[in-house]
Amino acid sequence: MSSKIYITGLGIISAIGNNVAESLDALSNSRSGVHKLRHLRTRHQDTIPVGEIDLSDAQLIERCGLPPDFKTTRTALLGLLAAREAATQAAISPRDGLRTGIISATSVGGMGTTENLWLDYLNPEKSGDWLKYIETHECGDSTEFIADELGFKDYVSTISTACSSSANSIMYGARLIKHGLLDRVIVGGTDALSRFTINGFMTLMILDTQNCKPFDAERKGLNLGEGAGFLVIESEQAAKNKKVLAELSGYGNANDAYHQTASSPEGAGAYLAMEKAFKISGLKPTDIDYINAHGTGTAINDLSEGTALERMFNKKLPPISSTKPFTGHTLAACGGIEAVFAVLAIQNNMVFPSLNYVNPMPELSFAPTTEIQKDKVIDHVLSNSFGFGGNTSALIFSRHN
Amino acid sequence: MNELIDQLKGEIIEQLNLEDIKKEDIKNDAPLFGEGLGLDSIDALELIVLLEKNYGIKIANPADGKKIFQSVGTMAQFIQDNKK
Amino acid sequence: MEMEAYIKGTSVISAQPTFNTTDFLTEIVETDAKYLNCIEPSYKEFLNPIMARRMARIIKMSIAASTTCMKDAGIEQPDAIITGTALGCLEDTEKFLLAIIENDEQFLTPTSFIQSTHNTVGAQIALQLKCMNYNFTYVHKGFSFESTLIDALMLIAEGEAKNILVGAHDEMRDKYYRVCDRIGYWKKEAVSTMQLINSASSGSIAGEGASFFVLAAEKGANDYAKLRGVRTFYKPESETDIENKLTTFLAEKKLKPEDIDVVVYGFNGDNRFDPIYHKLKNNFFKNSSSAYFKHLCGEYQTAAGFGMWTAANIIKTQTVPAAILIDQAKHKAIKNVLIYNTFLGTDHSAYLLSAC
Repeated sequence: MSSKIYITGLGIISAIGNNVAESLDALSNSRSGVHKLRHLRTRHQDTIPVGEIDLSDAQLIERCGLPPDFKTTRTALLGLLAAREAATQAAISPRDGLRTGIISATSVGGMGTTENLWLDYLNPEKSGDWLKYIETHECGDSTEFIADELGFKDYVSTISTACSSSANSIMYGARLIKHGLLDRVIVGGTDALSRFTINGFMTLMILDTQNCKPFDAERKGLNLGEGAGFLVIESEQAAKNKKVLAELSGYGNANDAYHQTASSPEGAGAYLAMEKAFKISGLKPTDIDYINAHGTGTAINDLSEGTALERMFNKKLPPISSTKPFTGHTLAACGGIEAVFAVLAIQNNMVFPSLNYVNPMPELSFAPTTEIQKDKVIDHVLSNSFGFGGNTSALIFSRHN
Repeated sequence: MNELIDQLKGEIIEQLNLEDIKKEDIKNDAPLFGEGLGLDSIDALELIVLLEKNYGIKIANPADGKKIFQSVGTMAQFIQDNKK
Repeated sequence: MEMEAYIKGTSVISAQPTFNTTDFLTEIVETDAKYLNCIEPSYKEFLNPIMARRMARIIKMSIAASTTCMKDAGIEQPDAIITGTALGCLEDTEKFLLAIIENDEQFLTPTSFIQSTHNTVGAQIALQLKCMNYNFTYVHKGFSFESTLIDALMLIAEGEAKNILVGAHDEMRDKYYRVCDRIGYWKKEAVSTMQLINSASSGSIAGEGASFFVLAAEKGANDYAKLRGVRTFYKPESETDIENKLTTFLAEKKLKPEDIDVVVYGFNGDNRFDPIYHKLKNNFFKNSSSAYFKHLCGEYQTAAGFGMWTAANIIKTQTVPAAILIDQAKHKAIKNVLIYNTFLGTDHSAYLLSAC
């Protein structure tokens, strides 16, 4: 069983940039991508700031190099752009004799399209080419679209565990390599904004009408976002003679089993997930140089996660930030997007700031870092992703030596 | 007031899909959350929508719900005090 | 390390009387209905009213099936819960979507949104059991269930779990049926389920179900069968490509096609996709007995769950019921059973089960 997982490619698109270089520039300059909606039409468009990518669907189709009348979803297009960027950096080809899989993740799938066409689908008097969109509704469709466009089809699958989805894709992909079932995997996730999701989160009353402030005592909720983040991960053998960006050294998944949407006050599931990740990596909490928290800015998550972190790190936390004030909460894609950020932190020896933080939470003894830090060597990064249904995941990324 | 309370009980049963509960089972001052009916935070959100849809009263902060939804009695009082 | 597991418990809710019974398809339901609805049990013994009031049908079905499955396996807490579903909770998704459209994004309530997330079933099972262990949900079309099994086999090989609850669940609702009908998923004419395999037209009949299994690392006294492996083939190039892949799969287990006693095929009456089954049946697996299952459960992305239940019971009972046998039986004892299934001709999968 191959024991090391090497990361050889990164790909990302989000409200702060259309690729890795743009994202790093925004992170380095504290430039948030959270604004009022410009493209998606909804009753709530003036109420909530979101991390919307400033490209229309037509522009995304063009960037993907597809004909203008190509029928696929925004989720799929974002996924392709990010997955392609990662595959290009990793210089992998479907014809080089290595078994390559694609494990993606999504919560929205094609709902952004379905919600606009649903009544027409049900109306037998209406017909047209747009019926082709019906097949794009399912979660697995965007993954198969990416697989078809990139040509990798040895193994394809899709995970949906709410906001821990793409962290789980990365974990599953790594294990497929360790068991010798694949040589390399493109792993991550994608989610586009949709009225379904925006309205869904509005009913939960956990959206901030201002830019979110994770771990702040006055925090009011999260900002939704959209995007895609993918890594190419390879076995040691497959990555021979390649530039290795970082390693996935640890991972863990657990369930809070407390409530359908709320995390337990003590963050029991979060603690278990981190504990498993440390066990796999062989590292100790004192080895971690930077924590990229899930940090959504909701009353419940930040308290729950903060409590679990204090217990795990014995109240002595390394620099910690949530990058969700930059991108918004990209739901199923956040694990993949934040994995890209974790690797960038290692490559550039940077800690990204936790924007909008002002007031310390009385329940916690730590404060997130509010300035970008460039003075510390970052060897190991912990990245957390927690989702509805109590699904808790933690990943550890490490410098490749 | 009694009419409002009776109406409210029916609406609560319907909104929260409390199939096996009848109006007579819900005492005016019995706690709705925790013990009593054992409702939870998702039910609180449902009740916030009920207030807006049926009575035109908007609650912006879900944390306010705790006091308002203590019992059917407190709910009815709140509606009476705030109805437009 | 061999990635294999023992099927220690099963429970299936389907359009057939399969739930909570030891009867193996001697009583079956024959119908020419547009789509096959599950025969549902009374949920009172599985769910208290406070829990059940929010739950849509597919969640109740999955809780009932998973509870009886664990009872069948004799375990109280699984070491992992892994579910596969292509469509998630369709009823709640449709409900919330329609509410958004009809109310112009106003007065919406959270319950159907929360329940519409794909991992709701896995989460509700964990909540009921207070199970804090590994919990994943796969949502990839005709590979949703296969992905859960591959994950479970890896977990067992890693020594991370001794008993894993895996499940496949998908439901069919009237609106979604009509939507899929517009792109040719279903038969236009009424077809009796027992005549489905002979149907010469395109489209199939829709189905739904919840199929749960406990996969165990260690052999037990009452296991159904051993799950030796699962392979998925995405858009295989040709029949030859499929045969080569099957040859490789069997060779890894030191087997040849003639060692397979029974092949369970995913015939669904759709003349666009059934030809591959005919070809395998007449050539590659010409020495094996043939069976099929989708005329009993209907076609849906995770129907292979019903297929695996069928295969496991074929081994346990050492019989191939008349309702599923194609042509004459060719086997003597039943040691090895292979399932070959495709969903819409793009997602193909093969499962190997053997007697313990």
